[in-house]
Amino acid sequence: MPTINITIDGRKIQAEAGQTVLQAARAAGIFIPVLCEHPALPPEGACRICLVEVEKQRALQPACTFPATEGMAAFTRSPRVMAARKFTLELLVSDHPLDCMTCDATGNCLLQDLAYEYGVTGDRFKGKQHNYPVTDPNPFIQVDRNKCILCRRCVRACQNVNGVEAISVFYRGFNAYIGFGADGAMQDSPCEFCGSCVAVCPTGALWPKMSIGKGRPWQTKTVDTICSYCGVGCKLTLHVKDNEIVRVEGAPDGPANHGWTCVKGRFGYDYVHHPDRVLRPKVRRYLLDGKKKSRKGAAWEWVETDWDTALDITARRMLQVREETGPDSIGVLTSAKCLNEENYLMNKFARQVVGTNNIDHCARL
Amino acid sequence: MTKFEPVLTRNTRYPDSEKIATYLAHGGYETARSAVKMQPDAIIEMVKRSGLRGRGGAGFPAGVKWGFMPTDAPQKIVAVNTDEGEPGTFKDREIVERDPHSVIEGVIIAAYAVGANRAYVYIRGEFFLGVKRWIKAIADAYEQGCLGKNIFGSGFDLDMSVHRGAGAYICGEETAMIESLEGKRGSPRLKPPYPAQIGLFGLPTLVHNIETLACIPHIVGRGPEWFAGIGTAESKGPKIFSVSGHVNQPGNYELPLGISLREIIYEYAGGMRGGRALKAVIPGGASTPMLTASQVDVPMAFETLKAAGSELGTGAIVVMDETTCMVEAACRLSKFFAHESCGRCTPCRVGSVRLYEILERIRRGKGQKDDIEFILEIARGIDGNTFCPMGAALVNPARSAIQHFRDEFEYHIANQRCPVSGKPN
Ligand SMILES: Cc1cc2nc3c(=O)[nH]c(=O)nc-3n(C[C@H](O)[C@H](O)[C@H](O)COP(=O)(O)O)c2cc1C
Ligand code: SF4
Ligand code: SF4
Ligand code: SF4
Ligand code: FES
Repeated sequence: MPTINITIDGRKIQAEAGQTVLQAARAAGIFIPVLCEHPALPPEGACRICLVEVEKQRALQPACTFPATEGMAAFTRSPRVMAARKFTLELLVSDHPLDCMTCDATGNCLLQDLAYEYGVTGDRFKGKQHNYPVTDPNPFIQVDRNKCILCRRCVRACQNVNGVEAISVFYRGFNAYIGFGADGAMQDSPCEFCGSCVAVCPTGALWPKMSIGKGRPWQTKTVDTICSYCGVGCKLTLHVKDNEIVRVEGAPDGPANHGWTCVKGRFGYDYVHHPDRVLRPKVRRYLLDGKKKSRKGAAWEWVETDWDTALDITARRMLQVREETGPDSIGVLTSAKCLNEENYLMNKFARQVVGTNNIDHCARL
Repeated sequence: MTKFEPVLTRNTRYPDSEKIATYLAHGGYETARSAVKMQPDAIIEMVKRSGLRGRGGAGFPAGVKWGFMPTDAPQKIVAVNTDEGEPGTFKDREIVERDPHSVIEGVIIAAYAVGANRAYVYIRGEFFLGVKRWIKAIADAYEQGCLGKNIFGSGFDLDMSVHRGAGAYICGEETAMIESLEGKRGSPRLKPPYPAQIGLFGLPTLVHNIETLACIPHIVGRGPEWFAGIGTAESKGPKIFSVSGHVNQPGNYELPLGISLREIIYEYAGGMRGGRALKAVIPGGASTPMLTASQVDVPMAFETLKAAGSELGTGAIVVMDETTCMVEAACRLSKFFAHESCGRCTPCRVGSVRLYEILERIRRGKGQKDDIEFILEIARGIDGNTFCPMGAALVNPARSAIQHFRDEFEYHIANQRCPVSGKPN
């Protein structure tokens, strides 16, 4: 890309041709607030919080869509810009619940951050407010339309990232709201509960139900990990409080997932702390006691044991089977949850150690 | 006053003017028949020379817009705007109900000139008769060989169909109309790219108001010089003015651009009803700023109305006499715009409602001391800061009413009642 020279707030910077003013400013470390813009989504230009003053332009221009051009000068914090932004925030806040004290998004909300920065309290415009019921029955995502600022990030994420188009805007003007499918419950729409919409929502309008009341951002620590569910290898960030996972996000720097996940990675973590989770190997009691196979009574019960014991029993029984009825009596099924290296080793194990070609993988089922 | 020989409405004096037989009997489709044998560039040049500017509200030079259509695109479209949602405007409705073939002829010429083989009509859903007339006219035009394959044996093909809107003012805005034509939610698109670059179904699209299109056969038939001979320096040709409100004879009047507002109201629309005094006029549809009685000599042209602090818009003249409460007028118009906001951008979606709420409380005698400044501040916050031109439009009624009739607003607030009616409204 050829470079162009532009001036932002009096600072001369170089930008790439084709960049928006926002992209150029970001690259130069100049902050311009956004609400509807998201780097992974197509431009929207709707919230009007990113307005900047551009030399020779009569009206303020949205930095998120206005192209950077050679020789241009933009001002991101002029009095006119600041007044327009404050006005927009006052309007947004005038139809917003202002229950930041109990809102899960506190500390994680772009609207809250901007209201704080611009000193917007919510008493400027008294008028009609929405009072939508927060009742969507789906198991994963709380939908609070009262907190929605209609940025359409969720709509675009569902459409452009997940390719599902479960979300759209219904009705118009002040009565516009986001809805699912043909305006029904989320679970009755084409939604796959990937949670991409939750990931991009700048407020608390969409929030994971399992995370409600589970901790503020500053009370949790983050642990990066790779999702244990499948071979794609999405990088996840676990939010952990008191040694409990309270929320999971896709890590933006994950090479396989760029911050997105599927339903399992984002919401399927409750097994981690589940009391039914199997943490140690179990064997049938008759095997542990070295007895003959019996499906009756206590002999058939599962007994918890240590790995060495369990593996010894398995090895012994496999050798026995191989001797009695030949290697093709044994089959090996590997898993997408294993690493490539582990799957490779299982292949070697089946063909060279056991001596059978009976090896398959769950991804083929 | 010398009688102006009607151009766009000339056929409406005949009975059954909407029928193709009537149209053909008075020379209809003859211009299109010869135009499809001309050089397309020569037609575009004629439209440029005519000085024709769009009649849909924005007044953009038509020929310039035709010139924006790429010449190398394999498929192009003409989109015909019959949405006519602007309060006070009812000219397009009359054109489609009473002379739809004049528009089809304009569409044929425009499509041929810009190289489009497909035309889509978008019509306001509430125009029940208009929808019928459009469908019938198109079917008859096909039958007569004016539409379809090999029009007039020229080798040029043009297909045309009608799409009904579902009742939204914003769907008259060209990019929202395109979204709606594609079956999507009626909300404007980001510009650029403009429709001439990427329009309907991603194809280069020429969007025109139907009054603009109805001018085309006359420009090509009688010559651009003839057309440019009518009007003022920057506003050429005939124009249909929809006159409504407190006049004796509301209706559509086709007159040359540049005629004074006074002449239209007093000479054509029969003067003020009941002989009452004129108080205010909206000259170009609800989205244009009001003028006062003292400005009634302004010529109805793009440049003169702009100088007077308003706009020609759609040329819809709403006349208000001395019994009109200006707070109520501003309030009602603001309610309309709040209702019609598409909801995409914050200043319009929420600001329009807040603006209306304050006007409403002043109207009901509950106004507060700083409300006038508050309204002006909201207007400043919205104007120019929205995604589409709706924002600039929606502040005009309140802002211009305050500009010209501030004392009336102050009276409402100070006395909790209306100076005109004596009561809270
Ligand atoms: C909010 C809004 C509503 C509009 N409504 C109409 C309409 O109902 N009919 C129309 O012809 N143009 C309407 N327009 C103007 C169109 O966007 C467009 O400029 C016009 O159709 C172009 O045709 P013209 O060049 O022949 O005027 C509207 C514009 C805006 C911003
Ligand atoms: S969870 Fe995924 S599929 Fe469901 S609405 Fe959100 S983005 Fe769309
Ligand atoms: S739910 Fe969230 S992401 Fe979706 S439009 Fe509302 S605020 Fe934006
Ligand atoms: S100004 Fe914004 S909300 Fe209003 S109609 Fe245009 S895009 Fe929609
Ligand atoms: S961030 Fe630019 S308009 Fe929303």
